[in-house]
Order: sequence, then C-alpha cells, then structure tokens
Amino acid sequence: MDFDIAFAWSITPELLSGLWVTVQVVVLGFVLAVVAGLLLAIAQRSPLPLVRAACAGYLSFFRSTPLMVQLYVLFFALPLAGLTLPAFATGVIGLGLYYAAYIAEAFRGAIDDVPAGQWEAARALDFEPATTWRRLILPQAVKPLLPVLGNYLIGMFKETPLLAVITIPELFQAAKQVAGMTYRYNEPYTLMALMFLAISVPTSLLFKYLEHRRHA
Amino acid sequence: MFTDIPTLQTVSFVASQLFKGAIVTLEITVLAELLVLVLSFVIALMRLSPWRVLRWIATLYVEVLRGISALVLLFYLFFILPLFGISLSPMTTGVIGLGLTFSAYGSEIVRSALINVSQGQRDALRALDFGPATALRRIILPQALPVMLPPLGNQLVELLKTTSLVSLITLTDLTFSGAQLITTLGQQTLIWCLVLVGYFLMAWPLTLLVRRYERHLTAWREAKE
Repeated sequence: MDFDIAFAWSITPELLSGLWVTVQVVVLGFVLAVVAGLLLAIAQRSPLPLVRAACAGYLSFFRSTPLMVQLYVLFFALPLAGLTLPAFATGVIGLGLYYAAYIAEAFRGAIDDVPAGQWEAARALDFEPATTWRRLILPQAVKPLLPVLGNYLIGMFKETPLLAVITIPELFQAAKQVAGMTYRYNEPYTLMALMFLAISVPTSLLFKYLEHRRHA
Repeated sequence: MFTDIPTLQTVSFVASQLFKGAIVTLEITVLAELLVLVLSFVIALMRLSPWRVLRWIATLYVEVLRGISALVLLFYLFFILPLFGISLSPMTTGVIGLGLTFSAYGSEIVRSALINVSQGQRDALRALDFGPATALRRIILPQALPVMLPPLGNQLVELLKTTSLVSLITLTDLTFSGAQLITTLGQQTLIWCLVLVGYFLMAWPLTLLVRRYERHLTAWREAKE
C-alpha cells in the first residue's frame, strides 16, 4: 500500500474545511467551558449547601461519564425537550459542558490557593462580594491558571473527532467521508493525523514556553 | 401496565445486553491499563536514562502520542495497519491503541514522581554505592509509588471513559451495546441515559477510592507538618 501524494493533495481542501469546522467548535466550546467552569467554581463556595451539592453532583457526573455518550444524550434529548439545535451547536454545548467540569476543578484549586489574608482584607475593607471576586480574587487566581487552561484547550482539540458521531462535518468526519467514497484509507487518515499534530504540537510547545517563562 | 410479560422481558433483555457490554468495557480497561503501566515505566525510565538516544526516542514517543487523539490512533491502527498486512482483532487494536495513548500521559506521571524523590536520597545512594537497579527498586520506587498512585488512579478513570471509543471500531462494549439496543428498540434518549449511568456506576467508585487514598496520603503529610 503506497502513499499517493497527488491523491493526498487533491483531498487536502476537503480536509482543511473540516479542520476549520473543528477549530470553530473548539474555540466556541472552550469559551463556554471557561465561563461555565468559572461559574461552577464560584458556586462551589456558595453559602447555600444545596447549590454546593448540585455543583458537586454536576462535577462528578460529567467527569465520570464518557463525552461520546454525553453527546449522544444531548443530541437525542435536546429535541425531546423542544430544543432543536443544529448539530454544530449541540457539539459546542456538549464539549463546553464536559470541559466545564474539568476547568471548574482547576479554577477551584487556583481560588483555594489565593491566601486567606486576601479574603479577610476584602472583608475588613467592606468590599461587596462581587467586587471582591472581580477585583481581588479572580485576577490572582487566573494568572497561574493560564497554562492549565492551555492544556485543556489542546485536550478539547483532540476530543473533537468524537463530534463526528453526531454528524458534525469536522476534520475526522471529512477524512472518514473521503475514505468511504474513494476506498483509500491511508491518505485521508494519515493527513488527518498530520493535521492534528501540526496544530497540537506547536500549541503545546507554545504553552510550555509560556509556562517556562513565567517560572523563570 | 408495568407488569406486562413483554415489558418485563424487554427490561431484562436491555439489562442483560448492557451488563454484557459493561463486562467488555471492564475487560478492555483492565488489559489496556496493564499495558499502560508497563509502557509508562519503560518510557519514564528511558526519558531519565543517561543515553541521549533513548531520551530522544522516549520524548518523541510522548510528544507524538499526546498530539494525536486516541480515536485517530484507533482508526489508524484499525484501518491502515491491515493495508500493510498487519491485521489485528478489534480487541487487540483497542487495547493497543488506548494503551499507547495513555502510556504517553502515564509516563509523565511516573517520571515526575521519580524525579521528585529528594536529592538527599540520591546523594545517599551514591555515597553507599548502590547499583542503579537496586537503588530504583529499594529506595526510589518505594518513595515515588505513593506519589504516583493518585494521578495514575485518575488516569484509570479517564481510560475507563475513553474505552467508549472502541465502540466505533466494532467492539461490543457498553456504548456499542447501547447503540445496538437502539437499533432494535428505539428509545434513544432513555437508552443513552442508561449507558451514561452505567459508566458513572463504574467510574464513580474508582474516583472515590482515589480521593480517599489521596486524603490518606496528604493527612499524613499535614500531620507531620
């Protein structure tokens, strides 16, 4: 089985358009995950036990079940609940909700690492809770978190092939379609793997560099 | 009419199918984890070896496998290798694919635990003229093992969840059984929810166990401080 470069070149545009969809889903899903993760982390410090319990339940459930099955459930359950969304939106929501559970945990750790003195000072200076979070706690918590968030971004990128199961035309789906139509598996899958590497290795090196520079 | 005979039959059919799938899921998890543990140690030791070539190979292994997603690797093994004349059964493909992917992450856990054994211990080993193998077995590993167990445990939970991918290469695991039931019975939402619960029931006790062990470890450390 040889690798036909001309054929590989001819299918590249198709795969690139799949890659573009992948990037869009990842970016939107990541934004959703960070926002939802932050809200979950803040809610975990709520004075209401019920809110805390609900958060803990959310975190453990989403972290203990596979993303793929969550996507299936969302894909079939949302229309039953009267929400008919395009597959793309379902994918963004699924990816976002799943990673929110991980990012919330990272946020929680970072928030716990803010020294207790900061909270006491905020109380002594009579800051509102919202101001305390916005001006004092979050700026200190978020900074060391950036490399961690970067790792989750790469992680999300690598989970996107799963979105093919709910019919989103991303990179993996594109490669599968090409393979299915032409009965040539080597070129599309190899190109797909190379495209994944071409994005995730430089990104991971970039974050490693950023983290290194921060410690230096 | 919940006591209808057909209903009862359907319920028991669904339960038995999902149970069979769950067993396959557990089988893959255990086999892949064994491979992960072995490879993780080998790669971690290679990355710490004094020979530069071994370190390069190990670094390349980790970076490449962490860069490709597990599903892509599984598909690659399943569809491309046969074209080169290597045909693996779906089970072997699943175990190898997941084992390779997770060992890249696992080797980092093992490596960082090994590095973090204190310098004083290393100096003492040199002073007492321990051979490398004895030093690793008797001094370094006993200290590093408790540190690496919790992250390896968390990774095992991830592995258990990721085994759902093998349903896409025709292995009849829990997810695949769910999909099969849907083709015969419909009821997509209900069955997928049952599958979710199935995974949760397998993963959650494991998470609790890891958390408990971690607390046990850190409690000892806090008490000492």
